Amino acid sequence: MSAAEEVVAEGNEAVEAVPKRAMTLGTGTSLVVLLLLIAVPLFAKNFVIFQLTQLLYLGLAVLALNILTGGSGQFSLGQSAFYGIGAYVTAVMMEQFNVPYFLCLPVAGVLCFGAGFLFGQPALRLSGVYLALATFALATAMPQLLKLNFLEHWTGGVQGLVVTKPDAPFGLKMSQDMWLYYFTLVVVLMIYVFSVNLLRSRSGRAFMAIRDNEIAASAMGVNVALYKTLAFGVSAGITGVAGGLSAIAVQFVAPDSFTITLAIQLFLGMVVGGVGWLPGSIIGAAFIIFVPNIAEGISKGLSGAVFGVLLFLVIYLVPHGARQVAILGQQLAGRLRKN
Amino acid sequence: MELFTNQVLAGIATGAIYACMALAVVMIYQAIDHLNFAQGEMAMFSTFISWQLIQWGVPYWGAFIITLAFSFVAGIAIERILFKPLAKAPVLTNVAGFIALFAIINSSAGLIWDFTIKQYPTPFGSAPFLGSQLISTHQAGMIGVTVLLLLGLYFFFQYTRIGLAMRAAASVPESARLVGINTSWMIALGWGMATAIGSIAGMLIAPVVFLEPNMMGGVLIYGFAAAVLGGLTSPFGAVVGGFLVGIFENLAGTYIPGVGNELKLPIALALIISVLVVKPAGLFGRHIVKRV
Repeated sequence: MSAAEEVVAEGNEAVEAVPKRAMTLGTGTSLVVLLLLIAVPLFAKNFVIFQLTQLLYLGLAVLALNILTGGSGQFSLGQSAFYGIGAYVTAVMMEQFNVPYFLCLPVAGVLCFGAGFLFGQPALRLSGVYLALATFALATAMPQLLKLNFLEHWTGGVQGLVVTKPDAPFGLKMSQDMWLYYFTLVVVLMIYVFSVNLLRSRSGRAFMAIRDNEIAASAMGVNVALYKTLAFGVSAGITGVAGGLSAIAVQFVAPDSFTITLAIQLFLGMVVGGVGWLPGSIIGAAFIIFVPNIAEGISKGLSGAVFGVLLFLVIYLVPHGARQVAILGQQLAGRLRKN
Repeated sequence: MELFTNQVLAGIATGAIYACMALAVVMIYQAIDHLNFAQGEMAMFSTFISWQLIQWGVPYWGAFIITLAFSFVAGIAIERILFKPLAKAPVLTNVAGFIALFAIINSSAGLIWDFTIKQYPTPFGSAPFLGSQLISTHQAGMIGVTVLLLLGLYFFFQYTRIGLAMRAAASVPESARLVGINTSWMIALGWGMATAIGSIAGMLIAPVVFLEPNMMGGVLIYGFAAAVLGGLTSPFGAVVGGFLVGIFENLAGTYIPGVGNELKLPIALALIISVLVVKPAGLFGRHIVKRV
């Protein structure tokens, strides 16, 4: 073995760098999107409202992955595990201990933050492919862990748990679905604002420095170990809240809802939405909710193939996902305005 | 004591499968520096092809050979069409590509052959091997085929020009290109061989786990665990890792209370993580030094 063999080529970075400015939307666009999100449910049927709620919490889970990958350049194919933990914590607290639902979410978030922070410790040693591998294993193992016998007392084992849907408080004349939608919207907005600010803060800059060049970052005095695990923890915590919201909205948790397929969907949502572009998360979530419905309409079992083909198309044609499309659209609009 | 010997032998038999899978994983990893998450699904698809051939009346070994040839060509085709354009892309893009491939193969196998569980024949029979109760002839056959495969690969890489060229292309691509080796085709060849090896693993394990589109999920995780344990840079290590993981899995299932079938995957997870934390290069792998 010569010395040359032991050197890995340079420029083999994990993710392409995204400038900090490009990670969010402008104020005007944000307000329009916010107004749309508030207004649409007023004119929609209950089932559509449920789907919009789904869109919000899955978007939140994609956002969490985006902070980890787009922000700090680490991978995770194990988000479904944290999502599952969050959902189970919420469901168990609500059903077995009668804790009100809005108190369950912070607990789920904190517990998942802890779990993610701990899992981040071994993940410190790993980068790129190895990290993808370890988290992949975590995701495949999670359903079996949730089925464990000695937890069955709380989790209901293979059967899962049924969760009661909360009513609108203060005697508001609102359907349960609509109340849950607005509740989810508030939670998601709070976390979105938090994430945007996080990425703009000192910690966010540290994440990005690690993403772009770990060695340079540590030379600049960034505590690489701390910030890498922190990114893992924050991402897991937000995913846990998303999982908790899903448990309340779906009214049911079972081990087999949190398989590797879910992790793959979240990953796919991030790639489609654009890695590192936070608002893209919601577009990615829309993609993972509505595309399978259309594909299943054509044939059962087709959704995987359609997913795969679309993913390849995205990788080849628009490697930056929805962000690239948005930028193209902006440039096109600018050109039209000039004419 | 008899239980112990029995479990070790059974472990070696399943370990043979993990060894094949790990070998396939390591071969692609060596060639392109990426883990192929679709390896298991590719093996599953090949196994379905052989099953279909057998259903059409092709004798077992005929189907075996045709499947090997098919997998080899398919592996090369996948590399040429889908992954060659991604060679310079960031890791994320490659991982996304493998996941896409995983989804496509898994669901098209489900579309073509549906998701019901199918019996898969064994060419070795399932009688006790040499009159001993310890292992069945199929398990002995699994070990035998794996050992043959390893010897074949060893001679291929050690004593043929093309094997040497492949090793050169994997370890120092630039210099290999300078001495006239077509490194790009060596990568394709690596894909072809890895896919063929994977298909052998699939065809050997199918009589044990039954044939269905999700059959390789657990096997792939154990294959990964074996590859990580042996060292992702060492084909020999991958094989040793495979056998060790097989034995470990069986012994843990027998002697640790509460570890039954339902905890098999968490064990693999724990194994992967502890190896990566304690000895990231694995037992036989070499450390990768990064140039600043």
